[in-house]
Amino acid sequence: METKNRTRGLDSDIGKDAIQQMAPGSRLLDRYLIEGILGIGGMSAVYRARDMHFPNVKKLVAIKEMVNRASDPVIRETIVRNFEREANILASLDHRCIPRIYDYFSVNEKSYLILEFIKGQDLELIINNASEFLSESQIIQWALELCDVLAYLHNHQPDPIIFRDMKPSNVMITSQNHVVLVDFGIAKTFQSGQKGTMIGTEGYSPPEQYRGEATPCADIYSLGATIHHALTKRDPRLEPPFSFNERPVHQINPYVSKMTEEVVNKALQYSPENRFQTTEAMRDALINVAREIEPNQTTFPIPAINLKTKNEVQAIWEFQCEDEIRGSPAFSNGTIFVGCYDNNMYAIDAQNGSFLWKFPSEGGVVSKPVFHEDNLIFGSEDHNLYAVYIRSGKLNWTYPTKGPIRSSPLLAESHAFIGSDDTFLHAVNVHTGRQTWRVDAGSPVRSSPTIFDEFIYFGSEAGDFYCIDFSGEIKWRYKAKRAITSSPILNKGIVYFGSVDSNLYALDGDTGWVIWRFRFDKPSISTAFIIENLLFTGAIDGVIYCLDASSSREIWRFSTQNQVTGSPMLYKDSLYCGSVDGSLYCLEYRSGRLRWKFQTKGPITGTPVAHENIVYIGSTDHHLYALLA
Amino acid sequence: MRKLLRKLQNNLKPSDQEIKPITADSGESIDNLEREKSFQLSLKTPQLLVSCSQSIGRQRDHNEDALFTLNTTLASNGKYLPFGLFVVADGMGGHEQGEIASNIAVRIVASRIIRKVLITLVSLIPSTPNNSIQEILEQSVQEAHEKILEEAPESGTTLTTLLILDRHMTIAHVGDSRAYVISPNGDIELKTRDHSLVMRMIELGQITDEEASNHPQRNVLYRALGQGEHFSADISTYPLPDNGYILLCSDGLWSVVPDEKISELITKSPDIYTGGQQLIQAANEAGGPDNISAILIQVPD
Repeated sequence: METKNRTRGLDSDIGKDAIQQMAPGSRLLDRYLIEGILGIGGMSAVYRARDMHFPNVKKLVAIKEMVNRASDPVIRETIVRNFEREANILASLDHRCIPRIYDYFSVNEKSYLILEFIKGQDLELIINNASEFLSESQIIQWALELCDVLAYLHNHQPDPIIFRDMKPSNVMITSQNHVVLVDFGIAKTFQSGQKGTMIGTEGYSPPEQYRGEATPCADIYSLGATIHHALTKRDPRLEPPFSFNERPVHQINPYVSKMTEEVVNKALQYSPENRFQTTEAMRDALINVAREIEPNQTTFPIPAINLKTKNEVQAIWEFQCEDEIRGSPAFSNGTIFVGCYDNNMYAIDAQNGSFLWKFPSEGGVVSKPVFHEDNLIFGSEDHNLYAVYIRSGKLNWTYPTKGPIRSSPLLAESHAFIGSDDTFLHAVNVHTGRQTWRVDAGSPVRSSPTIFDEFIYFGSEAGDFYCIDFSGEIKWRYKAKRAITSSPILNKGIVYFGSVDSNLYALDGDTGWVIWRFRFDKPSISTAFIIENLLFTGAIDGVIYCLDASSSREIWRFSTQNQVTGSPMLYKDSLYCGSVDGSLYCLEYRSGRLRWKFQTKGPITGTPVAHENIVYIGSTDHHLYALLA
Repeated sequence: MRKLLRKLQNNLKPSDQEIKPITADSGESIDNLEREKSFQLSLKTPQLLVSCSQSIGRQRDHNEDALFTLNTTLASNGKYLPFGLFVVADGMGGHEQGEIASNIAVRIVASRIIRKVLITLVSLIPSTPNNSIQEILEQSVQEAHEKILEEAPESGTTLTTLLILDRHMTIAHVGDSRAYVISPNGDIELKTRDHSLVMRMIELGQITDEEASNHPQRNVLYRALGQGEHFSADISTYPLPDNGYILLCSDGLWSVVPDEKISELITKSPDIYTGGQQLIQAANEAGGPDNISAILIQVPD
């Protein structure tokens, strides 16, 4: 159970009378020896204690303590009644998934329940502590037991009992891996006030529960919400109510079967009449799923997505180079240009993929070329920045740096701005190929610079992020914890970039102040793309993310099978992004829904380019592919 | 500096082989540019204008709304830096608990942001905060939430905080108080999302706007400070509008005065002080069923 830290000192002295917990070692009624606190809620606390009536054996109990601090006598009375009701409900129940009650009493303004001590962990803690997704078959086993216990409650005589507060933190998983439903303190009724006080646990509660209705269908919804949370690790309390269908399970966790998702979706229908009508019906549906899924499936099931082996889309043409293509192609005037680790820059006819020319450098070319008048400008790992004629591939000029170039040039004000492993950002006159200035960034610059409002932004491998003006003077600098290899983008005065320190940063372009940070599970070297305030990027955790650019709120995520080191690109209403798993993914950009994917034979690390309904992408399998968008 | 580079480019005819580093012979240009900049600065009204108005309304016997405004400008090192912090909180819960909740919310949020942002900003050796602006806002809201759970467990409050820093504004929002941006020509845009049950039902297409205004649960919030063990504020950063107005208000205003009327009263008033008063008056004329709070900020052209 998550405990809130309420002991922290605050600089005001209101509320010195906060609830005093019983200290470990103290005794209650001279019978229960308090051993520790299990959890603290609004007006209550739960303790682990030893029953000293059994001095020769260690009999543990859980003690739920409720402190009635309400000043209004009516509210006071209600609170006591509710607590009593919890005791009475528990006393009338006998089920292996429900803790037994031993006693109930009041001392002064405090009331106590003495309950069976459940050894285990609550499900919320298990979800939060898991670094990977929990296994689907495991969750279904727990869900089946929860269906059993809910069915028991719903069939209770003379009146059905509605649990009303089904959520992961109220589900204990015992050391024998069985579920126990805890906290029957649900007798929370709707208090009508001038402004409503929401009761029930937001996020897990169905719409009708806000109207004060409690039926078995309400518990079914909350169970669906609990399973959804367990499968996706996405806490519904942090989302708007009734928004589960905006977060389809498979989109967050691609390992979950379609059948399970269908059961969850049915339980989570807005209208109660569209859900399972009884817990038994939901249990039957889950049993069917459980039969289909591998019985002892552990943490690494075969992802559903891998079952499709055949490419759903065919390449219009493919062009073979002599080594890996790690960089990104560029399009101009009917021609595709792409650098390759066979040291060449290629010019290829965009229509039919036929070879036009190649320019040999002395090192691998990962730099994406840019166009200036009749020149193509790009860097090479042979340390040089080259300008070659677009038509012929003949050299115009060479600008040498003192280290390999992995950055792509930025063109502005008749200059090419390019980073090099020699630690400098170079400003090179595009007409002459001569240096105008260079700025020392202190470590290799692999990030491609970007320009906004007369300032140039770029990152370095030591994690420094720079904003410099056109004269090369530093306006501000921000220090990330690890390398900034991704290239910055600007939108509405905010600069966004990912870092190997696993954060995506949003900085005020004027001042360099951090507006927000978004934490990935792994480092990121992918360059973000923004449209309509939606930010798309990828990370080494294998996920393509869509975030709200104003708030960093996650809108959707799409999991690929390996690292996402390339950058997403939007064309029409589709987002294209490659993955080290070898696929180029085409996703509906508002929802993250997969439209198609194209499998190559090697990791894709570059960014696609699109023109006239054709998407061009290079792969480390030595090929450049043209695909129908 | 753009001019500077252009000037440099003009000098660099293809025949011109001698390329000078940019800083070498450009002293004069820089001086001109600086003069131009300072001239522009002196023309600009270097601050936001702020009015705040409050009324208990006509049907309540006490005021559960709380508000805070702070408007400062730092002009130093040739830079002009506006800072504004504005908070509206609307408390709920019986027995004056609502007042306690909104009071705690406003004080904790204001003091934490002043400490973490404003103080670092104006200190002799200016530094940037360790945390992001949005993290600082998030932490201040969480701190207020926990304090309210502790001090007034049966209460809750809305909270809408606007932090203006340089050319951006960040809004942290929980509940159904609102932030609007109003352009000089009267276009009004709601920047916050009500965390109310009826608004959620409208979003899902379950009820219409009309049904919402008569809905029995129209006052039910699904997210409020002091309610629930887990929650997050909506926090977003937007470019500061180039001109026009920003309004923060409690539902005592927007639930009885339509958006178009709000915008008209603001844009047709001679100044924001009169505008603020007229908003309050309009809400009271419409029955004044609840406490009314309005903070009106004018962004100079």
